[in-house]
Amino acid sequence: MTAVELKRVSVALDGRPVLRELSLRIPGGSRLGLIGPNGSGKTTLLRAIAGLVGHQGEIRLGATAAASLSRQELARRIALVPQNPSVPAGFTVTDYVLLGRNPWIPHLGTESRRDLEIVGSVLGQLDLTGLAARRLDSLSGGERQRAVLARALAQQAPVLLLDEPTTGLDVGHQQQVLELVDSLRDDLELTVVSAMHDLTLAGQFADHLVLLDGGRVAAAGPARAVLTERVISQHYHASVRVLEDPGGGIVVIPVRPGSRAGDPGAPARPAERQVAT
Amino acid sequence: MTVTEHRPGQAAPVGPGPRPARLRAGPLLAAGAGLAGAALVAVLVGPVRLAPGAVLVELAGRLPLVHTHSGLSQQETAILWELRLPRVVLGGLVGAMLALAGAAYQGVFRNPLADPYLLGAAAGAGLGATLAIAYGPDTAAWPVDLLPMAAFAGAVAGVGAAYALGRSGGTRSTTTLILSGVAVAAFLTAIQTYVQQRQSETLREVYGWILGRLTTTGWREVALVLPYAIASTVVILLHRRLLDVLAVGDDEARSLGVRAARVRLVVVAAATLATAAAVAVSGLIGFVGIIVPHTIRLLVGSSHRLLAPLSLVAGAAFLILADLAARTVMAPAELPIGVVTAFVGAPFFALVLRGSRQVP
Repeated sequence: MTAVELKRVSVALDGRPVLRELSLRIPGGSRLGLIGPNGSGKTTLLRAIAGLVGHQGEIRLGATAAASLSRQELARRIALVPQNPSVPAGFTVTDYVLLGRNPWIPHLGTESRRDLEIVGSVLGQLDLTGLAARRLDSLSGGERQRAVLARALAQQAPVLLLDEPTTGLDVGHQQQVLELVDSLRDDLELTVVSAMHDLTLAGQFADHLVLLDGGRVAAAGPARAVLTERVISQHYHASVRVLEDPGGGIVVIPVRPGSRAGDPGAPARPAERQVAT
Repeated sequence: MTVTEHRPGQAAPVGPGPRPARLRAGPLLAAGAGLAGAALVAVLVGPVRLAPGAVLVELAGRLPLVHTHSGLSQQETAILWELRLPRVVLGGLVGAMLALAGAAYQGVFRNPLADPYLLGAAAGAGLGATLAIAYGPDTAAWPVDLLPMAAFAGAVAGVGAAYALGRSGGTRSTTTLILSGVAVAAFLTAIQTYVQQRQSETLREVYGWILGRLTTTGWREVALVLPYAIASTVVILLHRRLLDVLAVGDDEARSLGVRAARVRLVVVAAATLATAAAVAVSGLIGFVGIIVPHTIRLLVGSSHRLLAPLSLVAGAAFLILADLAARTVMAPAELPIGVVTAFVGAPFFALVLRGSRQVP
């Protein structure tokens, strides 16, 4: 079953085209990694799916056209964790996570016992129960990121969009957040679409990668097919080496252009080879 | 006895569950008690001292089904019912409106320095009042005063103009709105200054109005403010959960299912009515709309679930006490209440800021 489908979606921001007739099918329950250089349209694609930017073309959520849904209905189906979420100081973790229940609470109403139960169980899932009464501004970066994720999960939307969920986290917290998303996806049968900068993490995390460049899909498929030295150097204009990880994954390492250190078997460009030999 | 340890990943014991800000009754009860205390003291103190016991009995006697004899003389009863109580109630209403409107403005503009006068309400009211003082007909024989009406209309028109200007550019950002408020205020103040210069014999009266004062003629002013106070209080309190959602910014609020621009318009309209009603009967009393919500925020956090009702109650108590000081410190002369709120408020605010480690 398709969770999200984009048909020839175009978005222009201030008259500048950012997405160009982009078509994409995201199967339900999948982990999609969205990669691409800066300005390639990753964030805009997520925002278009969440209904935050106007677009041409059609976006369907399951069998429903997204355009036919009210803002509240949309928020029940799509939860978005933005790249730089605003974390209002002076809010307790509980009050903040409770904001995620908004799509389910009547406009001027108050949350029900059930809403509080859901907040309680989400706090438990993300190991935040002990921090429930703490203020957001007293949390560490990793704890804060978990609180933001908890707010999105409290929406109980089947589709979770993450924009650079590991930005600003150290390597341990990066892994922790991604493992968490992974286990939640399995438990809650979520469809997760995640824009990512770190190609190695993207390869580990996603079962399907979509590479955007210039607002179009430049490559798509399993990590092994997309993360090749040729594709990366073509679209990121970067010199990288793609290595096999004995654990089964692949590792993308940036190298200094022209440098051949570390791996004598690496395929270098012909011009470099001439210089080197 | 076994000790169970909670491990990551394991479902946490739900227990009593999380407690949202709305359910914390303690601070509200404390603020309510403070308000009652402030009101009682303000009713008792004045040129004629009233006995606390007798006043309480007299007040209780007005409740349905209660028949008492307070022992107050006829003159004392008149002082209580015609002078002290109306003034205390009016002070409470004005303080409550300014503080609640301040909390609401700060919420919708996500700016802790936004105050009720931000969007041109003060400048509009000032111009309205100045026009009424300078050119208004003698209204002694009228059933209502022209001055409060003119100030009220001016405040509403000022904010309306700022809102219209802020949205005309197509963008709806809060910054645009605040900037157009600044532009409208500057324009209206320019006209006001011009009128004042032309009619310099009214300078003193206009100046007195701008400094803010609470004067009552029986219950007339209370009756004037009350409908607006009730309406705007109901609207703002109903929106306090949505104000919390707006705290994450328009974009995220929209992704949480809130039509941010519409909620902002409704809340600004309600807060403007509250401000205009307060300004109409009391002139421009500064500081209340910033200092009260700010202090509350430092004490109990930023969630509007608690911030809005607490600001309402604490604002009422604060202004009642400020008015008490205004009419007793230099008795029989009266200080402008705006001077008192700034004089007392600013150092108090500094103390609160120093004493609190948490940034609001």
